[in-house]
Amino acid sequence: MNKEIWPRAALLIFFSVLCFFILVPFYAVTISSFKPGEELIRYGLNLRLDLSVMSLDNFIYLFTGSHSYFMWFFNSLLLTIVQVSLTLIVSATVAYGFAAYEFKGKNMLFICVLLIMMVPFEILLLPLYTLTYNIGLMNTYSAIVLPGIASAATIFFFRQYLRGVPSEIIQAGRVDGASEYGIYIRLILPVMKPSFAAMAILNGMNSWNNFLWPFMVLSDANKYTLPIGLKTLLTPYGNNYDLLIVGSFFSIIPIFVLFIAFQRYFIDGMTAGAVKG
Amino acid sequence: MIRKFLYSQKVAPYVFVLPFILVFLIFWVYPLGSSLGMSFQQIQLGQEAEWVGISNYDKLLGDGIFMKAVLNSAVYMVLTLVILIPLPMLFAVLINHKFMWGREFFKSSFFFPALTSVVVAGTIFRLMFGEMEGSLINSILGWFGIEPVKFLKGQVTGFIALLALAAWRWTGVNMLYFLSGLKNIPDEYYEAASIDGASSFQKFMKITMPLLKPTTIYVITISIYAGLAMFIESMMLWNGNNSPKNIGLTIVGYLYRQGIERNNLGYAAAVGIVLLAITMVINLSQLTLSGMFKKEE
Repeated sequence: MNKEIWPRAALLIFFSVLCFFILVPFYAVTISSFKPGEELIRYGLNLRLDLSVMSLDNFIYLFTGSHSYFMWFFNSLLLTIVQVSLTLIVSATVAYGFAAYEFKGKNMLFICVLLIMMVPFEILLLPLYTLTYNIGLMNTYSAIVLPGIASAATIFFFRQYLRGVPSEIIQAGRVDGASEYGIYIRLILPVMKPSFAAMAILNGMNSWNNFLWPFMVLSDANKYTLPIGLKTLLTPYGNNYDLLIVGSFFSIIPIFVLFIAFQRYFIDGMTAGAVKG
Repeated sequence: MIRKFLYSQKVAPYVFVLPFILVFLIFWVYPLGSSLGMSFQQIQLGQEAEWVGISNYDKLLGDGIFMKAVLNSAVYMVLTLVILIPLPMLFAVLINHKFMWGREFFKSSFFFPALTSVVVAGTIFRLMFGEMEGSLINSILGWFGIEPVKFLKGQVTGFIALLALAAWRWTGVNMLYFLSGLKNIPDEYYEAASIDGASSFQKFMKITMPLLKPTTIYVITISIYAGLAMFIESMMLWNGNNSPKNIGLTIVGYLYRQGIERNNLGYAAAVGIVLLAITMVINLSQLTLSGMFKKEE
């Protein structure tokens, strides 16, 4: 035991120092959310714990003031739930097609999945923008959800996961006379549950934090999501810091709760779908 | 009859993958094709397009601001690779060590930054790297007697802020990828090596590194993509798409500036095609060099 204590202590100190750097920005935001905006403009974001300037005013303003914060919040929540559910269902279905069958063109199609993972979505911004404009989907949530509904990374992950599922399940289903779709819905989907948890977190994160494309598509202030709304608070005059910081602080909470709740599945799920050589 | 057709084992797989085929055709092939077409035209939204041949590309070659954007994106990508591959790999190996206390706690805390949106994280970092004496980084420098630095006004210091943001957000994610890779390495390999008297360093070089190769390739691939396509980080740090002397301008930032801010869609499309070409060339050669394609066959 005594021989172990030094390496243990060294590792602990090393990671504690790293952890300190990682958590400092969170700490700074948290204490700044209790300070008035002028304080921020004058001194920037810092770690000073000065009780004389700290108050709950920002939080009171967040919950009772006249602003659109909670509209953005619920828009984001709605969009995230819809987008994640649809993306997971559609991507899992596609992944099952790739994992369970041999069919003509399968390899070609799967190479397309891999290629998409390497093509920056950003280069499609303009043509997608004009496409959205031309088919009249501007300013709708459909324009945000549809392009990502068969997500390449999610398909890839689910397919990796399904490789570990024994094909006997499918054979047994066929023997019992279940249809191809019945096998998928009744036998395979239940087995995929852990991977759904991992992908729900990953897609949930992306959707909740998604900024650029929604920012381009949505022009109606009533449809703004949280990141877009927070961005509108950033004016050159810096007069909205009261709401900006407390709003930023508050926007992290839902995704934190989701992460903490599903954390175990998340790390297990990531491992199960790990890239294998 | 139709039902029987749709339910046959030959047709079912196509039904399963149909959503992907549709999305691929509508949201990737068509836009890519139209982007390529647009890059040979002069287009403004709501106006008649005009065919201009390769003049957009010609102009790009002589466009100093575009070259600056390419350089910025390339440097950013290389530096993120240098930081965000070896360090997370090392951290993953260390955190996996049998003497590690509080492993789960550290894993989660390292992942926390990735949960914040770029808008929020960028704002936090902009304020931390503020030029006032009292802002976080400058107040730390002050303890060592260093004068306040105007981080976001200089090329090098601006990049330090950008890279700090990237390192903060992605170290934990990449570490998690490497951790999942480590789980696939059987313990017996290490035990056998110990019996042969291998040192920890030898074990790392001879067992861990080679067996982490698939994970490493995956992480490199997504990092190249993310590095070259970076935009919002810069937009948030400089509170807009205009940084002094374009020190924070990226390729996508330039695409956005030309296409959305100046309604110069044809020229912006050419920027996008160049970005696509750069990404594909780098990634395909990286994958070829690492022998990824040989393995697939």
